[in-house]
Amino acid sequence: MDIPYWNKEIETADRATIEKIQLERLGNTLSSAFRSPFYKRLLGEAGISSGDDIKSLDDLRRIPFTTKDDLRMSFPTGMMSVDMEQVVRIHSSSGTTGIPTVIYFSSQDVKNWTDLVARCIVSTGATSRDIFQNMMTYGLFTGGLGLHYGAEAVGMTIIPIGGGNTKRQIKVMKDFRTTVLHITPSYLLHIHSKLGDVGISRDELAIKKAFVGAEPHSENTRLKIQELLNIDAYNSYGLSELNGPGVAFECVYKKDMHVWEDAYIVEIIDPETGEVLEDGQEGEVVLTNLIRHATPILRYRTRDLAFLHPDKCECGRTHRRLSRILGRTDDMLIINGVNVFPSQIEEKIMQIPEVGTNYQIYVDKKGSLDRLTVKVEIYPKLFLGEASQLDALKNKIKEELRSSIVINAVIELHEPGALPVSEGKAQRVVDQRSKL
Amino acid sequence: MKITQISVFLENRKGRLFDVCSLLGENNINIRALTIAETESFGVLRIVVDKSNMAVKLLKDNGFVANLTHVVAVEVGDNPGGLASVLKVFADNDVNIEYMYGFVEKFSDKALLVFRFADTDMAQQILAKNEIKVVTEKEIEGL
Repeated sequence: MDIPYWNKEIETADRATIEKIQLERLGNTLSSAFRSPFYKRLLGEAGISSGDDIKSLDDLRRIPFTTKDDLRMSFPTGMMSVDMEQVVRIHSSSGTTGIPTVIYFSSQDVKNWTDLVARCIVSTGATSRDIFQNMMTYGLFTGGLGLHYGAEAVGMTIIPIGGGNTKRQIKVMKDFRTTVLHITPSYLLHIHSKLGDVGISRDELAIKKAFVGAEPHSENTRLKIQELLNIDAYNSYGLSELNGPGVAFECVYKKDMHVWEDAYIVEIIDPETGEVLEDGQEGEVVLTNLIRHATPILRYRTRDLAFLHPDKCECGRTHRRLSRILGRTDDMLIINGVNVFPSQIEEKIMQIPEVGTNYQIYVDKKGSLDRLTVKVEIYPKLFLGEASQLDALKNKIKEELRSSIVINAVIELHEPGALPVSEGKAQRVVDQRSKL
Repeated sequence: MKITQISVFLENRKGRLFDVCSLLGENNINIRALTIAETESFGVLRIVVDKSNMAVKLLKDNGFVANLTHVVAVEVGDNPGGLASVLKVFADNDVNIEYMYGFVEKFSDKALLVFRFADTDMAQQILAKNEIKVVTEKEIEGL
């Protein structure tokens, strides 16, 4: 097979070369990190006073982990290490849990990220001749703009359509002879199920490839997508704290995702002890960003569970492959590509006086899409005896969740005492989607 | 003359209506009129019983979500056009009906209907002015 590369020298560099680059870039990243109030304190507490204290990659372990809470506590500029004047872009979480996480990019940071995304795209065999329909949300979310810039660097013809509006998506796919999609796996299956409604058959479309990401999915889901649509589906991994898409991506062999190790140091740790595990062992993914200087992030605990393949890929790339995401160390739910914490739902529904004290979050599938049902007990003293009042309450809860957490939930009302009594979060969240 | 209706919230669960009815039955409370307002995922049972205060306490004590509402029980001629003639009075006088349903048994040779009005007091005045008979709480208890 003819293997396409964006930067063959780096992508196939031997281990020693990669590690040399890592160490050098880690030193540079540390220099930037010392300019941020958060890392100045964190590194100081760990007895690291300058980049010179890190002499080998093994010294990385002296650096304490960074968590999502650290990012929140540092809002808005506690992790920033340049002047705002040098910042060309801000990406941020929606902040629905109270405090958002924010990442600043310098012009060079955006270029570095773009280059990685271009690498990802080219590694799947996509080229400048492809018509690329980017169906991920543009905006503060990194999925849309991240792939957009990478695709532009590759020279693809981009249709920056963004998310949603299924009928229009299908029509655009047909009208512009789209060949490559960027989409969540569940939405892609949904698109397939709606082809008939729009009166457009698969044969009228030119699609060949899909980059699927933003939500974990099983190999079976990939196979289903490939079979139903007769395309190749490539898994994508990224998170906004580490730039967004472009952290790891599948090559033409589709045997899990190459982590660009010249740009990220990837470690797999035991989530309980923090101990670094061997390749092949499943644990929490920890990532250090080596190519972003406006907001450096060191040893970030992603809460994603996965393992690294110890063996080489047939494509010739030397960058190790990360498995699919096998689970989470926290209770975050991913509903049709949107990250949701049960605590966010709880906070919103408990603000509504007619809602009683107990609730349950139930997740299953309706067709190919995830369905989130929020079951709440009503507060008896505020029941006025009318069904219309309860209907209004249902709509109020639904609207509240839609506007604040951007999820479309089914609301069920229950009598007090009808839902299982909570003894911690496990009972409050029931996820019936098949195990990953 | 208002009478008392009990509304009971029923979640979509097997046997929930049975639970209400058997609780009332065991305590010798007689249901005189009933209807269910149903939606996709829950229902509201509306009943008129002979001992409404006792019934609502009993329901609440047993964990049901229940509430009292004022409605009016109106006698309507049990003949073709009987209901229409009463409804005409309401329509002519701008009396808004939120919902209505029938009694299980008759009180006289006339049919008995429960009306929930947007403005109960106004409806009662119109009914009195047009000499349409309404049934009192006491009469319900004696049914």
